[in-house]
Amino acid sequence: MAKKIVEVVMPQLAESLVSATIDRWLKEPGDRVELYEPLCEVQTDKVNAELPSTVSGILVKKLVGEGEEVSVGTAIGLIETEAEAAEGLAAPEAPYAQEAPAPSAAAATAAASAPSAPSARPAAAAAGAAAFDPQAPMRHRYSPAVQRLAAEHGIDLNLVSGTGMGGRITRKDVLNAVEKGGAAASSASFASPASASSASGSPMSAPFASASLASATPAPGSLATGSAAAPAAQPFSVPAAAQANPSAADADPSARLPRVEVEGKSSPGREYYIDVTPIRKTIAKNMRQSVSEIPHAWTMVEVDITNLVELRNKWKHEFQKEEGINLTYMPFVVHAVVGALKEFPIMNSVWADDKIIVKRDINISLAVGTEDSVLTPVIRNADQKSIVGLAHEIHDLAKRTRENKLKLSDMQGGTFTINNTGTFGSVQSVPIINYPQAAILTFEAIVKRPLVINDMIGIRSMVNLCLSFDHRILDGVICGKFHQRVKANLESYNVNTKLY
Amino acid sequence: MPVIEYIEAIRSAMKEEMERDSRVFVLGEDVGLKGGVFTTTKGLQEQFGELRALDTPLSESAIAGVAIGAAMAGLRPIAEMQYSDFMFPATNQIISEAAKIRYRSNNDWDCPVVIRAPIGGGVFGGLYHSQCPESVFFGTPGLKILAPATAYDAKGLLISAIRDPDPVLFFEHKKCYRLISDEVPEGEYTVPIGKSRVMREGDDITVIGYSLPLHFAMEAAAELAREEGVEAHILDLRTLQPLDREGILEAASRTGKVLIVHEDNKTGGIGAEVAAIIAEELLYDLDAPIRRLCGPDVPAMPINPPGEKHFMLNKEKLKTAMLELARY
Repeated sequence: MAKKIVEVVMPQLAESLVSATIDRWLKEPGDRVELYEPLCEVQTDKVNAELPSTVSGILVKKLVGEGEEVSVGTAIGLIETEAEAAEGLAAPEAPYAQEAPAPSAAAATAAASAPSAPSARPAAAAAGAAAFDPQAPMRHRYSPAVQRLAAEHGIDLNLVSGTGMGGRITRKDVLNAVEKGGAAASSASFASPASASSASGSPMSAPFASASLASATPAPGSLATGSAAAPAAQPFSVPAAAQANPSAADADPSARLPRVEVEGKSSPGREYYIDVTPIRKTIAKNMRQSVSEIPHAWTMVEVDITNLVELRNKWKHEFQKEEGINLTYMPFVVHAVVGALKEFPIMNSVWADDKIIVKRDINISLAVGTEDSVLTPVIRNADQKSIVGLAHEIHDLAKRTRENKLKLSDMQGGTFTINNTGTFGSVQSVPIINYPQAAILTFEAIVKRPLVINDMIGIRSMVNLCLSFDHRILDGVICGKFHQRVKANLESYNVNTKLY
Repeated sequence: MPVIEYIEAIRSAMKEEMERDSRVFVLGEDVGLKGGVFTTTKGLQEQFGELRALDTPLSESAIAGVAIGAAMAGLRPIAEMQYSDFMFPATNQIISEAAKIRYRSNNDWDCPVVIRAPIGGGVFGGLYHSQCPESVFFGTPGLKILAPATAYDAKGLLISAIRDPDPVLFFEHKKCYRLISDEVPEGEYTVPIGKSRVMREGDDITVIGYSLPLHFAMEAAAELAREEGVEAHILDLRTLQPLDREGILEAASRTGKVLIVHEDNKTGGIGAEVAAIIAEELLYDLDAPIRRLCGPDVPAMPINPPGEKHFMLNKEKLKTAMLELARY
């Protein structure tokens, strides 16, 4: 099903404006674009502005390149909109949401024809399955016109393939069947006429027939249910579903979706595919670029944050009441790191081959993981914020990350990254630098350990801070000093530290 | 055949009928000296004088009342409502007097009046310059209602209206005035009242409508034929009252999938009646639910451009609805 493509046109950014120049695209084809999210930057003789998207969706194509001037009203890009796209997806997905199929000749056909000539005619079987998806939601919703025409011309609707939405048999489908000579012709699309007659003869037994036939296939496992009839016809094309056998792939609508193998399939089938999302692609690209371009070096210090733990315990209930959010360790960590960055500004820099660019703004990228990705929203000018201010901003960014509501501007301008790896229990990690920054620091899990203090053993709350840094810019000594400063800052918190 | 604009077709119909029949005259606000705010009556006062191109006070009730009285007295008035939005003060005259006089007088009196009114939006006119009032008058027995989409029909239907022995409301889409041009024969011709016309033949879906949106449907149909292989059958009702039942049923049964379009709002619109006719007569020919694509049920046309754009039908909206129906 074709998806709805919407043109984004150059708007009249100012009165009397007739044209504008695309300065820079902020989105690339394949990127998700939210409504009002900046799509590109445009320059005119009057204003320079970000051009917000007029719809939500996926940018499919840029019609105008960077630096090109276009007149107002010209289409500059194509966006595939969500609503329509979802609708498009709904059709192929729907059948799998259905319950066991109604009695259907199709299921029997697909399965029955397969064992009868498994190697000789897999394509034919697949074609049969394509034309007669028995679980299509509209397959058995006959319009008055379809019923009347079928009755007038003696057409068995079980033998007619449906081209309408959700597999519905349309009036035209019936007329086509009539034109081709009724049932005789329509059965030509069956792989096996014998199975067609047996199916129409005893429709109620069809699902069971297909199930039992399915269990005769090479690796039956737990397939003996009616709803498994369609997949059961598949083993012949399973390894090739993605590429080798195009007709089989066409026949199986699920080939386009990530597939999960049914338990008990033979070992060659024990793999499945996951579509790579645009965000996954971006992560992959950035990670590869970082690892291949930046010579990473790594160091770790351990920090005694017993006092910080006490400080947090003292405040956390009151803080929750006053501020409405949890008091976590992160604002303290960010504050401690920012303090050290102020002292060692070279840590807040970018390698630019012939020079090192030191950033005056301290914008902390915060790695926030979701189920299937990790994003790094930015706390801007983190050095100007108090513990409480940082707590609110971290809470807000983390919340919006998980709700997928980050704006492009939330993600830009980071100069140093902090990753709270401790949240998933790690006590030591080797982070990859958030390209093109100079370093990344992780805050690992806090663990209580016995520690020797003044020749006495005490139970202390310990945490590891791991630092990966760009060895082109930074060396062990400077990083060691930075690391020690962060450690000292964290250890200097105590129950009397003011939060406000 | 010469290609002329929709507005020129209307103007020439009045001019030619005034030349042919001395009983025909026009009246309305600014129709004389100015020649109408859209120039529809331009040149008529110069040619026929002040008494046959009459500038009236700003009183639609009076315009309709005078026209109805003149018609009953034997003349053939063409009354112009400057915008159909201003027509409502004249509604009582039209519905209570013009529509009923033949019936009420047991055929002793008749009222061969034509009341022309520009309908529709898309001209940044907002509330008072954009309405489609046809549903207000629709369903009033005794009135004929015409709404041409092409220059050819505009001229032919207006001539038929002028010659018709009963009151006729003639709704011209103001957006069509200069947007639409088509071939119009030089000589005299009429288009029959009460007859629809097939604008385009096709086997996949039927689109039924009137006035401006049909042009969007035609554009959408051309694109769908090219891009999706969907062939739309398009029926122009032309006359809204009396509806051409046979024409509607024939077009609907051709594909069994019917989309009805009009700019007037959906609830209680002409489309509701067309859908009812099809439902009454053609159940066993229907292959899909009857669909309607109409203006939204909001009180008025927004004056802001995005709001107006949202309100108005367009090619894309038609195309989406048509494709969806074709795929059903």
